[in-house]
Amino acid sequence: MSQVAQGRGRGGFIAGFLLAPLALYLTFVIWPYVQTFGYSFTNWTGQSPTFDFVGVDNYAALMKDEVFRGALWNNLLLLVFVPVVTILLALFFAFMVNAGGRGGAGGVQGVRGSGFYKIVYFFPQVLSLAILAVLFGAVYRTDEGGLLNGVLIRLGLVDRLHPVEWLNEPRLVLWCLLLVVVWHGVGFYLVLFSAAMQSVPKDIYEAALLDGAGRAQTFFKVTLPLLWDSVQTSAVYLGIAAMDMFVLVSTMTSGQFGGGPDHHSEVMATVLMRNFLYFGKSGYACAMGVVMLVLTMILSVITLRATRRERIEF
Amino acid sequence: MTTVIKAPGEKSAERSGGAGPSGERGAKGSEGTVLNVFSHGFLAVWAILIVLPLIWLALGSFKTDAQIGGSALSWPSNWNLDAFGRAWDKGIGDYFANTLIVMVFSVPLTMLLGSMAAYVLARYPFPGNRFVYYFFVSGAMFPVFLALVPLFFMVKRFDMLNTYQGLILVYVAYSMPFTVFFMHSFFRTLPTAVHEAAVIDGASDTRIFFQVMVPMAKPGLISVGIFNILGQWNQYILPSVLMQPQTGSDPERYLLTQGLIQLQQQQGYETDLPVLFAGVTIAMIPMLVVYLSFQRQIQAGLTSATLK
Repeated sequence: MSQVAQGRGRGGFIAGFLLAPLALYLTFVIWPYVQTFGYSFTNWTGQSPTFDFVGVDNYAALMKDEVFRGALWNNLLLLVFVPVVTILLALFFAFMVNAGGRGGAGGVQGVRGSGFYKIVYFFPQVLSLAILAVLFGAVYRTDEGGLLNGVLIRLGLVDRLHPVEWLNEPRLVLWCLLLVVVWHGVGFYLVLFSAAMQSVPKDIYEAALLDGAGRAQTFFKVTLPLLWDSVQTSAVYLGIAAMDMFVLVSTMTSGQFGGGPDHHSEVMATVLMRNFLYFGKSGYACAMGVVMLVLTMILSVITLRATRRERIEF
Repeated sequence: MTTVIKAPGEKSAERSGGAGPSGERGAKGSEGTVLNVFSHGFLAVWAILIVLPLIWLALGSFKTDAQIGGSALSWPSNWNLDAFGRAWDKGIGDYFANTLIVMVFSVPLTMLLGSMAAYVLARYPFPGNRFVYYFFVSGAMFPVFLALVPLFFMVKRFDMLNTYQGLILVYVAYSMPFTVFFMHSFFRTLPTAVHEAAVIDGASDTRIFFQVMVPMAKPGLISVGIFNILGQWNQYILPSVLMQPQTGSDPERYLLTQGLIQLQQQQGYETDLPVLFAGVTIAMIPMLVVYLSFQRQIQAGLTSATLK
C-alpha cells in the first residue's frame, strides 16, 4: 500500500470518494438484506403499511409447508447434480482439449483446433437466461415440432403419436432443467480448468512422463490434484447457481412463477416469488429468503470443507 | 487464453529418433492418433450439441407457423425477413432501446463509482479500511432473492419503480461488490513510484486518480467493464421486479430479457412462433458479435475474476 498516501489530512478526499458508492450500496443492497431479517418475523402483506410482529411463526409455518419442503428437496437434488455433472464434463473436455493431442509427450499436447472448441463451448455463457428459456422451451416442445422430439421420432425411438412431454412429465421435468444448466455451464468451466491446466509447469508433466506415467495416471495423479483449487471454487459457484434456478423454472415450467407440473420442478426461489408477488405474503417470503441465505452459507462452507486437501504449491 | 501447452521440442525429436514428421507418426504415434480421433470425436459431439439448437432456432424465424408446429426437422420455406420485422414491431426494438438506455448510464457509472471506492480502499490506509472493504465485497455472497421484497418497497418509496433511473441505480449498487473486489486487487498491483512522482509534481489526490491511476488501470477496467456489460445485459430478475407498469396508464418499459419472456407467453395464444424465434435471434446477434470480437478478453476476464 502506498506510503505517500498516508496521513496529511486526506480524510476529505477519502470520504468524498467513498460517499456515493457507499450510499448507493447501503440503500439498495445492504439495507434490503437487513430488512429481510426483520420482515421475516412479521405477518406483513406488502400492501398494507401495518403489520404485526409474529415471532418465529413464519419459520414454523415454513417447516409444515409441503410445497416449500418439496422445493427444498429439488434444490438439494440440483445442488448435488449440477456441480457434479458440470464439473465432470468440463474436466473431461478440458483434458481432451489440452492433452488430447498426439501422444508421446505424456499427454500434454492440445488437440488441433483447441481454440475453436473453446470459442464454441463458451458461447452459451454470454446468452441470457431468458434466451435459454425460450430456446429450450422450443427444444422441449411436446409435439413433433420440438427439436428433441423431432429427432427422436425421426430416429424411430419415440412414437409419433405419443411424443415425450418433457416438461409436463413429473419425473422428467427436473432433469430437463438440469440439462439446460449443464449445457450453459460446461464451456465456462472448461475454459476455467484449461487456464488452470496451462499454468501447471511443463516440467511436472515431463517428470511424470519420465517416471512412466500413462495418460490416465497423469490426469488423476498430476493434473487433477493441481487443479483442485479451481474445482473447489467451481463447486461453490455451481452450488450457488443451483440454489437459484428462478429464471429457468419460472419461465419454462407450468404454473404461476413455474414449478409445475404439480410442484415437481418447484425450487425455493419460485415459491418465494409466488408468495411475495401473487399471494401477497411478504413476511413469509422474507422468511424463505433467510432460509435460502442460511442454506447457501452452510453449503458453501461444507463444500469448501469436504473438498479440502493439502494445498500443492508449484 | 487459447495457447496450448506444447510438448517441448526436444521431446518429439528424441522420441522419433531423428526421423521426419511422417516417420514419427508411423512409428510411435499410433496410440496417440487413436486418442486424437477419440478426443476429437467427443469434442465434436459437444460442439454440435451447442451449435445445433442455436442454428435450428435461427432457422425457425424463416419457417411458417405451421411448419414450426409440424416437424422440427423441416427445412424453412420462406426465406424472407418478415418475422424479424414483425418481432421488431412487437416491441423487440423498444425493449432493445430500453436495455441500451439503462446500460449507457449504468455501466460507466458502475465503473466510475466502483473504481473510486476500490482505489481509496486499496491505497489509502485509514481506520476501518478493512471493514469497509469486506462490507462491500460481502454483498457478492448473498443470493439476490433475499433482498427482493424490501428492495421493491425501497425503490417504490423513492418513486422510482418502472423508471430508468431507478433501475440504473439498482444495477450500479448490485454490481458494486464484484467491481470493488476486482479493481481493489488491480489498484494494489500498480507501482507506487508513479504515484509518488505525481505527488512531488504537486498533483492533488483527485487529479492523480483521474489522470494517472485510471489510465494505468485500463486493462483491469476493460475486464470489469466486459463483465458488467454481460451481467447487466443478461439481468432478468431485477428488471422483472422493478420494471413493471404500476398503473394502467404507466408506459411499458420492459428490458430485452423481460420482453422475450413476454413474447414467449404471448405467442402461446397468438400462434406466431416465427416471431418469437426471430425475436430471440435478434437478441442473440449482438451477443454473438460482441463475443466473437472480444472472446479472448471475455474468457480471460471471466476466468480470472472467478479464480481470484
